[in-house]
Amino acid sequence: MAALVVLLFALAATGGLYAALAPAEKAKADSSSQSLAIEEGKKLYAVGCSSCHGTGGEGSSDGPPLTGVGAAAVDFQVGTGRMPAQQPGAQVPKKKNIYSQAEIDQLAAYISTFGPGPSVPSEKSYDSKGANLANGGELFRTNCAQCHNFNGQGGALTDGKYAPSLEGSSAKHIYEAMLTGPQNMPVFPDTLLPEDDKRDITAFVRNATASDSPNPGGLSLGRLGPVTEGLFGWIFGLGALIALACWIAARNAKARS
Amino acid sequence: MSTTDNAKPVRKDPAALKAADWADGRLGIYGLAKANLRKIFPDHWSFMLGEIAMFSFIIVILTGVYLTLFFNPSMGEVVYDGEYVPLQGVHMSEAYKSTLDISFEVRGGLLIRQIHHWGAIVFVAALVVHMMRVFFTGAFRKPREINWLVGWTLLFLAMFEGFLGYSLPDDLLSGTGVRFMEGAILSTPLIGTYLSFFLYGGEFPGTDIIPRFYSIHILLLPGIMVGLFVVHLFLVIYHKHTQYPGPGRTNSNVVGQPFMPVYMAKAGGFMFIVFGVISIMAAIATVNPIWAYGPYRPDHVSTDAQPDWYMGFAEGLIRVMPGWEINAWGHTLALGVFIPAMVFPLVLLAIGVYPFIESWITGDKREHHLLDRPRNVPVRTGLGAAWISLYILLLIGGGNDLFATHFHLSINAITWFIRIGIFVVPVLVFMATKRICLGLQRRDRDKVLHGRETGVIKRLPHGEFIEVHEPLSQDRLYVLTQHEQPKPFKVEGAVDENGVARKVKLTDKLRARLSRGYFGEGGQIPKPTAEEHAEITSGHH
Repeated sequence: MAALVVLLFALAATGGLYAALAPAEKAKADSSSQSLAIEEGKKLYAVGCSSCHGTGGEGSSDGPPLTGVGAAAVDFQVGTGRMPAQQPGAQVPKKKNIYSQAEIDQLAAYISTFGPGPSVPSEKSYDSKGANLANGGELFRTNCAQCHNFNGQGGALTDGKYAPSLEGSSAKHIYEAMLTGPQNMPVFPDTLLPEDDKRDITAFVRNATASDSPNPGGLSLGRLGPVTEGLFGWIFGLGALIALACWIAARNAKARS
Repeated sequence: MSTTDNAKPVRKDPAALKAADWADGRLGIYGLAKANLRKIFPDHWSFMLGEIAMFSFIIVILTGVYLTLFFNPSMGEVVYDGEYVPLQGVHMSEAYKSTLDISFEVRGGLLIRQIHHWGAIVFVAALVVHMMRVFFTGAFRKPREINWLVGWTLLFLAMFEGFLGYSLPDDLLSGTGVRFMEGAILSTPLIGTYLSFFLYGGEFPGTDIIPRFYSIHILLLPGIMVGLFVVHLFLVIYHKHTQYPGPGRTNSNVVGQPFMPVYMAKAGGFMFIVFGVISIMAAIATVNPIWAYGPYRPDHVSTDAQPDWYMGFAEGLIRVMPGWEINAWGHTLALGVFIPAMVFPLVLLAIGVYPFIESWITGDKREHHLLDRPRNVPVRTGLGAAWISLYILLLIGGGNDLFATHFHLSINAITWFIRIGIFVVPVLVFMATKRICLGLQRRDRDKVLHGRETGVIKRLPHGEFIEVHEPLSQDRLYVLTQHEQPKPFKVEGAVDENGVARKVKLTDKLRARLSRGYFGEGGQIPKPTAEEHAEITSGHH
């Protein structure tokens, strides 16, 4: 019993000493918070990403190299839950994100060391205040609607790939997606689509897909075009009318006698 | 007739009678009314499908008139400065701007626009269902073949009338449809470009197409359609309405209720029901949110660019067709567009000419006023079901992208399924439907001979359990056995008196073969004869 108590004390003392001294040593070695983040990011990377993207971001048969993807790509992919991918497939779907923003920043800091790429945009670049909705709409219809649908509801691509719905996407993620071109999406760098235009598009998408955006015509039917309208017309329009026709026809003199 | 020349105190006629008398003296309506007001119409819910089409057509015309007051069919360019904020400052055509104004600024404009559009969707749907009812019950047989063609033409025109209508607002979706049409026209060999320039008044899109569509949409096609619609109704009255077989109903009478007052009340009430249902649809659900599509520009396109449902099978044909083309002598023959554009009318023509093919096969030149129960004509019912399956497959092909995203499928897999399916599925559906019809005929035969299964289980004294079968009523027996079972057509004199084969016309051979398919063995189940029924019922229960 005594031996056990001694052992416990000894363990507690060692642990306490280590806890007290170890960070101090680290700080002595390198004091900048950036390298700290890189260090933490490297650990997160080793656990969550390296099995597909390689231990140094060189890529493998299961995942592309991450050289030059930049912090914006990491912030988008991990922030929307797409990465780490749950399984290979035609396209990696959006899912619940389990990383905190601090962890994502650490991962981004580490992955940025592989090579320079677009950094996470500042808040003012995607702030909807003062954005031009009409310009955003025109640009969206020129560059985005052919895959994402006129109202950002998403659409099909070849072989099971798809352009996801933009409903519920944050302004930052919409902006980052244009900047980095995730998965099947083309890249829209600032040289092609200046920062102001990106902000207008972001504002347009947020406005069009907002859950509280007004629906002047009543139920939106998913804003998927005439297919859902036809379905509604047949089922609820003609369906109701045929049901009523049956009701009227059943009410004749003969049926009541 | 009231007279005033005699001295007796004259009873004052009611005003209505006076008015009727005045009108009769000038229009001769008394004779017309006497002949037609007591006209008998049979009662069945499926006879009201045409009424749905008729009343939705009326509501579409009425709302359309209202819309013409505010719509400006011009492709002149303006800058939007109206109520809808996300489009303020955008360049657009006056057609699109005036449609936005109808939606956001004209009192009741959006509701009327939505009634107009939902009404059109319901109208064409009702036309198709009405046509299917006529098809499956054989109501197209003599003397109604011409009326079948009138109705079929109405459907064809209604589809194009709808297409023209949703093309007018010049929004991004409608412009894509107009572009689609241009592509189909351009695919015409030799004269495609000339036709396109002729129709669009120059290079696409030009500034002429919307005003031209407008004239056709509000003047030409509705005029023709109203005319055909009157002919259609007149012929229904002239031929008298068909009726389902039943006791007391023969080929030479009509059992039902008089037009006045019963049908007047019923149809009048139903008219308001149709108006009401379409108005409720328009009040609760958006149709064609043109403000979300944005104005049309030839460099813009959106996914989910489908036509309204009635043009969906044309979209499907284009989407599933491989992009074949032939390049020769500096010209391109775009088979990937031209073939679907040619198959498109054939899909409709197939159903349109069916009555004539059937009457050629059956050789039946008699008048028919009693309807067929669909099970009693398995081949026709099978063909109708096969046609519907083809139509639905093409609709799925037209919406392949939405099926891909919403059912998590590959769009390529769907397209290949449809490509193979349009050849295979109708055949399978035909065979399955025919088997089901024959099965139902067997069931009818069984019911006639052995009665209805009551579900009551009786235990006999020696322990055996039997289900009690209840004989059918006389009325029911009549319904199940009244139908004719024609003999298949045989080529007369295929062999002469010495047993030597004669030369037989190829068409006769074909006809005999098809007729065997309709009425030969495996085409119908022999219905029970009176003797069979008497024999089995005398010995049994």
